[in-house]
Amino acid sequence: MTEAIKDVLLVEDSPGDVRLAQEVFRDADEAVRLHVAMDGVEAVAFLRQQGEYANAPRPDVILLDLNLPKMDGRQVLHHIKEDEALKTIPTVILTTSAAEADIVKSYELHANCYLTKPVQLEAFEALVKSVSDFWLTKVKLPIEGKS
Amino acid sequence: MALNGIKQVLLVEDSPGDVRLTQEAFRAADESVRLHVASDGVDAVAFLRQEGVYADAPRPDVILLDLNLPRMDGREVLVLIKSDASLKTIPTVILTTSDASADIAKVYEMQANCYLRKPGELDAFEALVKSINDFWLTKAILPERAREP
Repeated sequence: MTEAIKDVLLVEDSPGDVRLAQEVFRDADEAVRLHVAMDGVEAVAFLRQQGEYANAPRPDVILLDLNLPKMDGRQVLHHIKEDEALKTIPTVILTTSAAEADIVKSYELHANCYLTKPVQLEAFEALVKSVSDFWLTKVKLPIEGKS
Repeated sequence: MALNGIKQVLLVEDSPGDVRLTQEAFRAADESVRLHVASDGVDAVAFLRQEGVYADAPRPDVILLDLNLPRMDGREVLVLIKSDASLKTIPTVILTTSDASADIAKVYEMQANCYLRKPGELDAFEALVKSINDFWLTKAILPERAREP
């Protein structure tokens, strides 16, 4: 796992946040390949390898924003955790919402973890780095279904 | 997050040595962690349901759960947690010596929030406890305690 490529799917509609996450992952871990879906429909197509995503890899970890165009992050989470083939993929919510209802609902929908996006650049970078350190280094990820 | 800044952690672990190590590592990492220990699955469930001697037990912010436990297996404890409407939102981190990929996939299917393997070396064990504290008890946003005394 340490040497292998780690595929991360970032579902995020803010280009600035995407850019930042790409930079932090690049610095933190060269083995990470970050894929981006800009809305919920794209995310589901990626995960189901539909259309232009026919050759998309199965992500090791998904980072999912809640407020997304076309299909909401909550719906994407529901799709992931209801799908036998996808439900074991750790899905980390990464959102600006700190509303208790969103936190509880996400854990109820079996989000593996809930993180709020800090607004300061350094704090955002530190958070992405800790996601990389913890989820892609310390945590044992399921390898079943990984091609 | 946690009330009064105290972070309640329930460790479900039958090895006294691992319990001791975990206690020491948390004490070194973060003074605001209060570590509760259940040494088998039956005790863990009684703690979570506030039964018997655990009538005044706090709701844990995070549960650290070994898989191989006396009396009631960790997998059974996990199923009980994740099928209980009032307990299912508590992040449950599997911490076990098992490295079998079947176990790993299985517990993610059973909605474990994350799977960590106990390292055999002392330093690595301490580092892992520290990273659990840094990530789950510092960075992660946890649900407010639904249960009030």
